[in-house]
Amino acid sequence: MPTRSHGGLGARLRRGVEPAVLLGPGLLFYAVLVGVPVGLVTGYMFARRGRFGGVEWELSLDNFSRVTDSVYLEVFRESLGLALVATVISLAIGYPTAYAIAKLPPRWRTVALVLVVVPFWTNFLIRVYAWIVLLNSQGVLNDVLVGLGVVDERFTLLYTPGAVVVGLVYSYLPLMILPLYAAIEKIDDELLEASTDLGAGRVRTFLGVQLPLTLPGVVTGSILVFVPSLGNFVVPELLGGGKTVMVGNLIRDQFLKAQDWPFGSVLAMMVVVLLVLLFLGQAWVTRRVEGGARA
Amino acid sequence: MNTSIRRPRRAAAAAVLGTALTLVLAGCGGDDTTSAEPSALDPDADLTEQTIVVSNWEAYMPDDIAEVVKERTGATVEVTSHATNEDMVAKVTGSGGEGLDVVFGSQPYLEALAKAGMLEPLDTDFLDNWGNLDPAAVDTAEVDGAAYWAPYTWGTTGICYRSDLVDAAPTSWYDLLEPSEANKGKVTMMGTERWAMLPALKALGYSVNTTDEGELNEAKDLMVAAKPDLLAYDDTTFYERLISGEATMVQAWDGWCNYGIAEDDRIEFVVPEEGSDLWSDGIAVLKSSENKEAAYAFIDTILDAKTHAWVEENILYNIPNEAALAEVPAELTETYDLLGSRREEMLSGENMTDVGDDAAAIYNQIITEVTAS
Repeated sequence: MPTRSHGGLGARLRRGVEPAVLLGPGLLFYAVLVGVPVGLVTGYMFARRGRFGGVEWELSLDNFSRVTDSVYLEVFRESLGLALVATVISLAIGYPTAYAIAKLPPRWRTVALVLVVVPFWTNFLIRVYAWIVLLNSQGVLNDVLVGLGVVDERFTLLYTPGAVVVGLVYSYLPLMILPLYAAIEKIDDELLEASTDLGAGRVRTFLGVQLPLTLPGVVTGSILVFVPSLGNFVVPELLGGGKTVMVGNLIRDQFLKAQDWPFGSVLAMMVVVLLVLLFLGQAWVTRRVEGGARA
Repeated sequence: MNTSIRRPRRAAAAAVLGTALTLVLAGCGGDDTTSAEPSALDPDADLTEQTIVVSNWEAYMPDDIAEVVKERTGATVEVTSHATNEDMVAKVTGSGGEGLDVVFGSQPYLEALAKAGMLEPLDTDFLDNWGNLDPAAVDTAEVDGAAYWAPYTWGTTGICYRSDLVDAAPTSWYDLLEPSEANKGKVTMMGTERWAMLPALKALGYSVNTTDEGELNEAKDLMVAAKPDLLAYDDTTFYERLISGEATMVQAWDGWCNYGIAEDDRIEFVVPEEGSDLWSDGIAVLKSSENKEAAYAFIDTILDAKTHAWVEENILYNIPNEAALAEVPAELTETYDLLGSRREEMLSGENMTDVGDDAAAIYNQIITEVTAS
């Protein structure tokens, strides 16, 4: 029977149909929910702002020159800086944490991992508001420090770029820990033993064996923290007091307040381009590490 | 006194976030045909057959308004909320008004919608309680000689401050824009809509409705210079910062300062000597509404002395309804002098009106650039 023969039409059809069935829903999802919005935003970039939001379909390139104004470039620079600092701090806290979790006895490991994601059970906005209570000049932290005599006068922590970094690190640290844990846990302990047996010290073993092997985890975690940090507008608004403006705020305000969709689209597209470059970088690193491991 | 305080309305951050996505995808609609003639209303329409959707700020009218209207007129009211004027405008224009019949908004925004032909001019003969309204307020609701909304609340913007935390009571907008050494980092100003530029414009002696680019740019420079001394830009929680003592002076609407005064009697309100605005919020019917008789019934219920008095008693805003003022208990106006002996103060403010699309774009661009600087 033809259907049983490997080279038969049915089998070839099945080979074509299976990927289509498996990939189809995902591809459709992306095409509709990513492709269409990105297409719209691309179109808006070249239009004029409509009176009450929306756009007038009249070709205009004004927004591309506006975005090179130093005010906006400075916002990009500051956003990149804050997101980068938040990522580095998350990595510095996240790596030892993930390492410690990976070395726990299995049942405690599960408990620890659950604890890492527990904050996600509470609404993001409420968790950020909690930091206002902690950090404000009449808040808990000031009360404690003044009460203990550590500082003489109440000081301003809230509404500074530092408070924004604290909020970003707090919000996205779990996204750093989880991929790092997955990467560290995968390492065969025998490789580390081999390294020590061959005379390498702890530092050299870490830098020469463990770190390169966990590099995909480091890169994934860093991107997972960096990307939402860069686009965040809630944390700068609540903890930065609206004075520290990140590119996310700028974009949100163009759509919801200034009703200038074309300019908002240009800003949004700049972020999209930046992120695509980042993901290409991540893919490149992952390929190199995995290729190296096979070789 | 039965004053259960209603809290924030204008720009609840949470609500903004929630509606963000929906708005981003909303398109632009509506035609630009202005017709000043009210649609013919059917005085015999069966209101029990009509359902209207009303969009208002959260907690800005009685919770049981739907039941009250149902009982009084038979019409069914569904309530939805918007967080800001911009949010409301986006809702109306995004769908060409579909799915909405009545909206609450501030004068400049309603005016812009009226000029764009999206609001129904009101046939006030159909509103039995229209006569309750203060003629001065009715004037603010007119565009090209026709009334386009029912005035709901009005007030002014000033400085709300903690009398025990400042050496001298503020008297000028410069007290916020260039705070004394002791108040640096302890003042807040509003960061959105037309109120963001008000202190700088008034401090410089300009109109809150100026469309002059030179004046606007001067105000912008003043705002950029003021930014480092601000605690934060705040449109929603400024009175709470006064209560906690985090701030000593904040730019505030008179009604919102009352929320602070309600909790701490050391909080006071002043209209700076350079003057301020007379803002007004109103209730409008969308041109696209297919249930206009019910929309009128809703508005007439609000303008009823009892309902409108509820607004002043619970939201602590001044109301332009003379019949309702007679219903407001004396204890209320004694506790809150802004609603009583100082009521005239707000009326001397400059009425905040629509500045037109070109100027509105400049206002928005300046606010963007000041916050980004």
